Amino acid sequence: MAVVFEKPKSLTDAEFHYCPGCTHGIIHRLVAEAIDTLGIEGRTVGVAPVGCAVMAYNYFACDMVEAAHGRAPAVATGLKRSMPENIIFTYQGDGDLASIGMAETVHAATRNENITIIFVNNAIYGMTGGQMAPTSLPGQVTQTSPYGRDVATAGYPVKVCELLAALDGPTYITRVAVNNVKNVRNAKKAIEKAFRNQVEGKGFSLVEVVSSCPTNWGMTPQKALEWVETNMIPYYPLGVYKDKTAKEEA
Amino acid sequence: MAEKVLMKGNEAIAEAAIRAGCRHYFGYPITPQTEVAAYMAKRMPKIGGVFLQAESEVAAINMVYGVAASGKRVMTSSSSPGVSLKQEGISYIAGSDLPALIVNVQRGGPGLGGIQPSQSDYFQATKGGGHGDYHLIVLTPASVQEMADLTSLAFDLADKYRMPAMLLADGTMGQMMEPVLLPEEQVHTVAKPWAVTGTQNKRPHNIVNSLYLVPEELERTNEERFARYRQVEENEVRYESYCMEDADYCLVAFGIAARVSKNAVDALRRQGIKAGLIRPITVWPFPKAPIARAAEQVKAFISVELSMGQMIEDIRLAENCRKPVVLCSRAGGMIPTPEQIMQTVMEQNGGND
Amino acid sequence: MTTQILIAGFGGQGVLFVGKFLAYKGLLEGKQVSWLPSYGPEMRGGTANCSVILSDTPVGSPIVSKPDVLIALNLPSLDKYENAVVPGGMIFIDSTLIQRPVRRTDVTAVAIPVTALANQMGAPTLANMVMAGQLMRRCDAIAFDHVEDALKKVVSAKHADLFDINRKAIQTGYDYAD
Repeated sequence: MAVVFEKPKSLTDAEFHYCPGCTHGIIHRLVAEAIDTLGIEGRTVGVAPVGCAVMAYNYFACDMVEAAHGRAPAVATGLKRSMPENIIFTYQGDGDLASIGMAETVHAATRNENITIIFVNNAIYGMTGGQMAPTSLPGQVTQTSPYGRDVATAGYPVKVCELLAALDGPTYITRVAVNNVKNVRNAKKAIEKAFRNQVEGKGFSLVEVVSSCPTNWGMTPQKALEWVETNMIPYYPLGVYKDKTAKEEA
Repeated sequence: MAEKVLMKGNEAIAEAAIRAGCRHYFGYPITPQTEVAAYMAKRMPKIGGVFLQAESEVAAINMVYGVAASGKRVMTSSSSPGVSLKQEGISYIAGSDLPALIVNVQRGGPGLGGIQPSQSDYFQATKGGGHGDYHLIVLTPASVQEMADLTSLAFDLADKYRMPAMLLADGTMGQMMEPVLLPEEQVHTVAKPWAVTGTQNKRPHNIVNSLYLVPEELERTNEERFARYRQVEENEVRYESYCMEDADYCLVAFGIAARVSKNAVDALRRQGIKAGLIRPITVWPFPKAPIARAAEQVKAFISVELSMGQMIEDIRLAENCRKPVVLCSRAGGMIPTPEQIMQTVMEQNGGND
Repeated sequence: MTTQILIAGFGGQGVLFVGKFLAYKGLLEGKQVSWLPSYGPEMRGGTANCSVILSDTPVGSPIVSKPDVLIALNLPSLDKYENAVVPGGMIFIDSTLIQRPVRRTDVTAVAIPVTALANQMGAPTLANMVMAGQLMRRCDAIAFDHVEDALKKVVSAKHADLFDINRKAIQTGYDYAD
């Protein structure tokens, strides 16, 4: 019988702990598919964050390191500098990457560290139960912004791709989403490119994946995906924000 | 034949680290240890090593964590305020059972403090520093030669026991020059099957991690770690005993305080007062046994410190309240003089005779 | 025997450099030595000082608080450290820059216009080394030998062209007799 669909080799058999409707599962799969496609599983080392993906080390079949909150880009820098032939990626959420780990993110980018960062932006702290994230939208109700995010006191959401694209350092900065089939296909391409860039020694690649959190948004999974389309993507437009390789190819 | 060279303590650390096979250094500038970074910046690119000035001490220690996870020898150095920032990463390194070297060339505190020598990070270094149950092997050099020798030893012990080691120096040790015979180049060959070097599709994945959500599991990792700590306590205590054979008064001091104390011991003996010195070289593990033995013999202990009374607690625990333990200290970047130490001893002498 | 030397002056007078020279010379003579600078912002523009200990036995504290030999290259240094010198010790002062004599009577005072001598040589930055020469003439504990070998250690390859003038400055100081 022909196999038409199978689990990527780069995922273990461990069962995901993610909530129903959570898009981490899709994104994990896209990362694993990219690793499989490039044939780099044996030399890849991943860095897990603190946040909902904290136990990503159980799901990816490659060697894994669990980092402190926000420090994954620094840990990845150490790994890459000591093992330049290995492929190093981090998998981080919005609180991890854009709040507590902002310095590590910006400086890894400006050094053009030859690493790959998968940045999952779902506009909320999931693991701790739904607090305001650096990327929570203006007016968004969370546990710590119960009257909606008030930009006068809580400031504006951080647009990570726009911010990093202003730096001279990074190679590839792009924003994708996983709320529908078309977007998932684009996300797959972007993630694969972000890994390929590293394999080819091209430098820092970051893929922001606009994502959902049905549980903490208080929505059904379907409704949450709609909210991504109607609220998240207008604030966080999808597209390539920086691509040094495009210039090379052109 | 190798020849002695005059070197600053900070430079001796850097050169000894390179000779111990360390090819990865991450740091952030802070007085009075910046020479370590400067030396590494100059040398590492020429020997295929990595020098990286991180965006912060926090980032630097996490880069150390990354390299340590890959199984390579790695270090960072800083001074007191910077070492406070590194505590989070140190706790993760300890919790993940990784070897690494952290150098603290101490300055006065708390807060921004000053830039002159101090030993006031003793509690932080020996009692944990970061969160959770853990220890560092803490080595305290008292000469430029020991800055070099203990750097090599720290790497070896860290590898052997899979735990971070700290070189706890002070601004004087970092800045002074003395003749030093540099250790030979060594190739370390400790097997590190736990390292995350890529599975090469030949083994199950390795995970470097300190997260255990099941309490029973986390307790087990703590117990296993402490079993290793007991081995360290049994095998790795190091100290120097000076004029203790017939001593009536036992000074206890490390680093620069021990240097000053030796002068005081000599001067006291010239005046007929039988003083001696126990100089801890490891402050964790602390040399409890020699202090307990000394308690049988001496009339009093004097803890000579560049802090407000920190090591004195370990002395009291070790001698078990059998004899008085008094403090002779300066703080904030000041250093006790031999005369101050002599005065403290003579006060005890007057009180007992 | 142990000789504790304290060298003090303005930042830029080569206090640390001459200290390093003396320490290396001691090392070449087979002595135990230590060199400890003051460090921090006061090194720039303020007073700099440096402790050098030469000894036949292991050096205890590297901090010189009671010098056997004080070299004062400016007045604030003499004011600050004159009374710290041990009775019977020596005080060397740059009499070009220090207008007052040494007040202590229980020490050997040596006043030598090292800045003027250095200027005459056309090497105004080498007053420190002129002083080192005089030190070797007057202080029994510091012999006039291993000069060139020690200089080779402290004059970096980058400044090798300055070797001869340093050597000459030391000779000038050594030859000076008032």
